[in-house]
Amino acid sequence: MNLDYTKISQGTVYDPLNGIDGQVRDIWILDGRIVAAPTDPTVLPSRTIDASGLVVMPGGIDMHCHIAGPKVNVARKMRPEEKRRGEQMPRTNITHSGSMGSVPSTFATGYKYAALGYTTAFDAAIPPIAARHAHEEFEDTPCIDKGFYVLMGNNHYVMQSLMQNEPQKLKAFIAWLLNSTKGFAPKLVNPGGVEVWKTKQAGNVSGLDSKVDHFGVTPRQIISGVAQAAGELALPHPVHIHCNNLGMPGNWETTLETMRALQGHRGHITHIQFHSYGGGDGDENTFNSKVVPMAEYVNANPNITIDVGQVLFGETTSMTGDGPLGYFLSKVYGGKWFSSDTEMESGCGITPIKYRNKSLVHALQWAIGLEWYLLVNDPWRVVMSTDHPNGGSFLAYPQIIRLLMDRTYRKDVLKTCPPEIRNRSTLWDIEREYTLNEIAIITRAGPAKILGLKNKGHLGPGADADITIYTPNENKEVMFEMPRLVIKSGRVLVDQGDIRQTLIGKTLHVQPCYDHELEKDIQEWFERYYSIRWRNYPVDLSYLYESCVVPTL
Amino acid sequence: MTSASTQVNAPTPSVPGELKVIQDATCTFCGCVCDDIELTVKDNHITEAKRACVLGKAWFLNHSVEDRPSCLIEGKPATLSEGYDRAAQILTSGKYPIIYGLSDSPCEAQRVAVSIADWISGTIDTTTSVCHGPSGMAFQGVGEVTCSLGEVANRGDMIIFWGSNPAESHPRHFTKYSLMPKGMFLPNGRKDRTCVIVDVRRTKSAKAADIFIQIKPKRDFEALWTLRALAKGIELDPELVHRETGVEFSVWTDLMERMKACKFGVIFFGMGLTMTRGKHANSEALLALTRDMNAFTRFVAKPNRGHGNVTGADNVVSWRTGYPFGVNHSRGYPRFNPGEYTTSDTLANGEADCAMMIACDPMANFSQPAREHLSTIPLIALDTKETPTTRAATVAFTVATYGINTGGTVYRMDDVPIPLRPAFPSPHPSDYDVLTAIEERVKRILGVTG
Repeated sequence: MNLDYTKISQGTVYDPLNGIDGQVRDIWILDGRIVAAPTDPTVLPSRTIDASGLVVMPGGIDMHCHIAGPKVNVARKMRPEEKRRGEQMPRTNITHSGSMGSVPSTFATGYKYAALGYTTAFDAAIPPIAARHAHEEFEDTPCIDKGFYVLMGNNHYVMQSLMQNEPQKLKAFIAWLLNSTKGFAPKLVNPGGVEVWKTKQAGNVSGLDSKVDHFGVTPRQIISGVAQAAGELALPHPVHIHCNNLGMPGNWETTLETMRALQGHRGHITHIQFHSYGGGDGDENTFNSKVVPMAEYVNANPNITIDVGQVLFGETTSMTGDGPLGYFLSKVYGGKWFSSDTEMESGCGITPIKYRNKSLVHALQWAIGLEWYLLVNDPWRVVMSTDHPNGGSFLAYPQIIRLLMDRTYRKDVLKTCPPEIRNRSTLWDIEREYTLNEIAIITRAGPAKILGLKNKGHLGPGADADITIYTPNENKEVMFEMPRLVIKSGRVLVDQGDIRQTLIGKTLHVQPCYDHELEKDIQEWFERYYSIRWRNYPVDLSYLYESCVVPTL
Repeated sequence: MTSASTQVNAPTPSVPGELKVIQDATCTFCGCVCDDIELTVKDNHITEAKRACVLGKAWFLNHSVEDRPSCLIEGKPATLSEGYDRAAQILTSGKYPIIYGLSDSPCEAQRVAVSIADWISGTIDTTTSVCHGPSGMAFQGVGEVTCSLGEVANRGDMIIFWGSNPAESHPRHFTKYSLMPKGMFLPNGRKDRTCVIVDVRRTKSAKAADIFIQIKPKRDFEALWTLRALAKGIELDPELVHRETGVEFSVWTDLMERMKACKFGVIFFGMGLTMTRGKHANSEALLALTRDMNAFTRFVAKPNRGHGNVTGADNVVSWRTGYPFGVNHSRGYPRFNPGEYTTSDTLANGEADCAMMIACDPMANFSQPAREHLSTIPLIALDTKETPTTRAATVAFTVATYGINTGGTVYRMDDVPIPLRPAFPSPHPSDYDVLTAIEERVKRILGVTG
């Protein structure tokens, strides 16, 4: 029997989930998966990739980015100006053309992720009614596996079942919605606040205990209720939370309260950088970092994981399911503003923004992001993200790696910022430098674990053969910005920046079980208020190029 | 890598003499994309279309499968395969190929059309460029505050139509989304809403209005800026306002008071605004006014889109190229320039040297110079029926009708994607089938393997 093995030979392997920290190993691949080395010494691989002297890691996983769906597509339409003067992506005989700017077109997004050594990405905020749109874009986003989180924090049925104290209905609804959308995880965005935004001028909730108009529930109830229901459903990634009061001075207390509201259930606090600010009353002089006390809390509470939402200096596009935040930012920056309210479900805000290193607030945001990476002791619970494109592009990940691994470089950049930062954050005094193993954790092994993806983020037998091979370099930004080889599902997609072949990739989603009797209640509610028909709402499997159901725990 | 997986749903053939009922079918006649139609089919003919409006009924009940060849080359019947070959040959030999139309095709077919334009370094443009293209440009200037149609039904207590005549263009707009529905926060339906219609003539829609404001033709821009000024409390000369807009100043101040006092205002606008003097400046004024109103209350705006899937076309072209319409690939990557790469202009300037027209009829409705040029270049046309454009075409394909004979996905005017439930099969190929076959040949000729 001649099996078609590929062997990656003698690479220096970083595979933290299997406890391999820079040891030289061979990796065997068969049918798109990693397998144990054949015991029969006469079995030879069909192809050997000589990785001696090179660094081998699992493919990167971006667990929080905005790459598909209505909001992202509106941002593409809205910003022709930055594409015209930006990098162009011409077509080749194997790739489609595309456009860049802060919100690349679908094909460009797939190619750029792959070229960066990332093989899986999750869109963080899809309105359920637009799930079909997200899946259509996914099919045009090549080279990576994809999934998305489903907006639920302002869903009327969620709030109604909490108001009526019907936890069984809530649980069934979450499961029904994930099944209907072919989504991956529940997402809360400014829970309750977006609903208030729909009802009045500049409406929002002010904190965890302010009541949502009409429903009479509080953000705290939404967070606790959904976290508990998601836990009972044994979802691989129970709940992904964009806290209330994003970007507001003094919001660190809201964020801590959100963590407490989880009541010990697993929960992921996303782009936490934007939620870690001291001060208040809109006075810039009081704006400061509260990462130290918050990181202490995270260190002490293992049910909580975070991703950072690092800010990088430069121009980008802010896009959020947080409608009132979009309004706030549009007033701060004064540029064009998009807002869209989606019936029964969610909101959206988009506006161009620019982070300047000479601005004290922006420089502090940058420093606060880095503090988070450096002050959480357990790298398994902190994940690299820029909240692409909100803090900056995913293409900035190599720069962040350098900032984390090279404190001299970090301090050099810090010196270009207003010196007042050193009084308002601890970054200048932090000496910690990340190791390659820790980088492998925060960019692949950790997110795989947090997402409950057993076949990703590691290089042991059974894992998807998603592998990135880097050429070591003293300058870690150089090392990580152009991998030597990127392998997806066992196929070499990228060779030193050149795309050699493409594939469409799988869609990762969940199918939690629920009590179908309770569907009647959902249907009754749905038919009363939605503008489309019940039967035309769920997305069927034909919309997924390749479905991959991630099992519940 | 064009959507190998995307199989456009095939309908099941009906058994002779038997009635078949299709629930929750979607009407693609206009941008309302009503998805609650109940179709009765007998012997491959739709005999009843429950809940459809007058336009929808005409769309469904008058539909018959065209008794003509699926493919004509230079007016003579040909096999599909010959047609695909000839089409691919035309598209790959041109120096400036253009592909246009798309707003009456499902997204699955639109995606293939964009792929072809990419491989042949051609221009891709949609009928958006001749309807709400100016709104798209205005959007790029100021953004847009908007919502889904269900939000209008549930919350909209002040509904303004500007340069739009839904009574004739979108007959179920009032009953399904904007005026009549008893919404979550508007239990009394129409009684809980104020309807204002602004237009240059008393349209059929005017009857539905509580307040009808007839402005001077071509003065939309001045009228909208009057409201913007009033919103900001800027003092105006009442005489001047009256002279410029044709409407008493007090009418505008009254309207502004009502706009500020409502809870959730909505402005629907149509081609009466976008295709009159000022074009994108008009749309920009309206979008800016809507944005300004959010300093006082909640206000949203929404273009009333015409064609069934013109919104899908905007979305597909945007996600694949980064730009909504008028996209040129001659340098190998997408560039956007309305006025240059928009088809009516490209043709009128005598620039394109071959064209593929999909579900549109430029030979009937483009300008004289554009039509004249189009008649001189090799032309491929896809349509469900014979039109002046298919008659002028070098290669004409008769295609199945989306939503009646073929499935796929359509985006409602508020970007909500809706699946189609076809009623009965057609002997003709779908536009997805035709475009896919052409794309395969184009790729083979050009040596593209992606």
